[in-house]
Amino acid sequence: MRNQPLFLWISFFGFFLAQVLLFNNVVLTPYGFFFVYIGFFLLLPVEMSVVALLFIGFFTGFFVDMFYNSLGMHASASVGLMFVRNFWIKAITPQGGFEQGTLPTVHYNGLGWFALYALPLLILHLGILFFIQTGGFHLAGYSLLKTIFSAGFTFLVIIIVQYLFIKGRVSI
Amino acid sequence: MQRLFLFLYRYRAFFTFLFLEAVCVWMVVTYNRYQGAAFFNSSSTAVATIITVSDNVSNYFSLSQSNLVLAEENAMLRTQISRLGTGGIIPELEIIVPSDTTMQYEYIPARVVNNTVRLFKNHITINRGSYHGIEPGMGVVSSSGVIGKVKTVSGKFAVITSLLHNDVMVSSKVKRTGDLATTRWDGIAPHKAQLHYLPRHTAPLVGDTIITSGYNAIFPEGIIIGMISETSLTENDVFHNIQMELSSDFNKIGFVYIIKNALLEEQIELESEID
Repeated sequence: MRNQPLFLWISFFGFFLAQVLLFNNVVLTPYGFFFVYIGFFLLLPVEMSVVALLFIGFFTGFFVDMFYNSLGMHASASVGLMFVRNFWIKAITPQGGFEQGTLPTVHYNGLGWFALYALPLLILHLGILFFIQTGGFHLAGYSLLKTIFSAGFTFLVIIIVQYLFIKGRVSI
Repeated sequence: MQRLFLFLYRYRAFFTFLFLEAVCVWMVVTYNRYQGAAFFNSSSTAVATIITVSDNVSNYFSLSQSNLVLAEENAMLRTQISRLGTGGIIPELEIIVPSDTTMQYEYIPARVVNNTVRLFKNHITINRGSYHGIEPGMGVVSSSGVIGKVKTVSGKFAVITSLLHNDVMVSSKVKRTGDLATTRWDGIAPHKAQLHYLPRHTAPLVGDTIITSGYNAIFPEGIIIGMISETSLTENDVFHNIQMELSSDFNKIGFVYIIKNALLEEQIELESEID
């Protein structure tokens, strides 16, 4: 518990720099984008307040926007994700609730729970993002394809990151 | 009053959410409309510096490709030097720009440091800015055709709205017949754009070259944009539906030229007198 702020900062810079320096340049098939900075949002502690989450989402999205020349788009998608996140966690919480200081990771809750937690949120975030980018629903099929492919690829990266860097329960 | 505050406090998360989303929407709208509101983008010094460092690192992995580009650039510059003594016209651009307009337009070369082609609104960052005389609104071309328009500038960098940006429209014409039309990208394939507003009495052919019309003072007349690859016209259409193959490969842009129109102010001033 004592090192939680440190964990958050490392998580933020890790995901953010990976996004703007590395995954910025990676596009798999015309539909598959990697927006791994969402991993930072997903792995934030369970008991954080919604207001704090909203501001974290806004500013992280804002900084990502500066690199993508898309002012406001990533920010609005991030704020949307952050608003829904805690409600979604509550809705799918295992019986008995969480202990204090739990992280919503694969290690704490298992792969099945994490997929149920992360995939709908990823689809929501990327859906908002791609529909704002097209500025409407006139390319809805194309945007949906992009959303689903990108959510899948991003999910894989977030899973891999957890197995590589977040070892067990002790280090937090 | 107290109940109002209690109400606001109880639903503070929801109101924060509404407020932040409103700010976001405002940013999206203003950033797309006005050039002035665009400080927070990749031309700002901090972001551009990080991108340049990243670009330098990734350049290391594509050295052979860069070598090729530089070699071509070298060859081109050499022919320029050899011709400079005789005419004063940049030979590489002579092909795409008629010679009588080259005195009116000045070309500032720049290197691309950041570029996307897979988004709906693509931008290109270059390593030249206001110190080098670049201003928002200038046209950008490469040796293979039209690239885009300058959107914002900082001291040493500038952001260009790529032709691959679904808000960018370029006044164009069919080279063979001279018919006016508008080029616009639909947001899907990075090597294909669409030609709009070509009236149905005209007869475009597959293979026709599309060039800039020169009517908007940003691009000189006659710069190549692309080639018609597909046309269709049904009973009810007012305009032809035309797909065109873009002449520039936006994936591989290394160097671009920013067009400075010496007579731009004069033209705008004259045209505004009519209103």
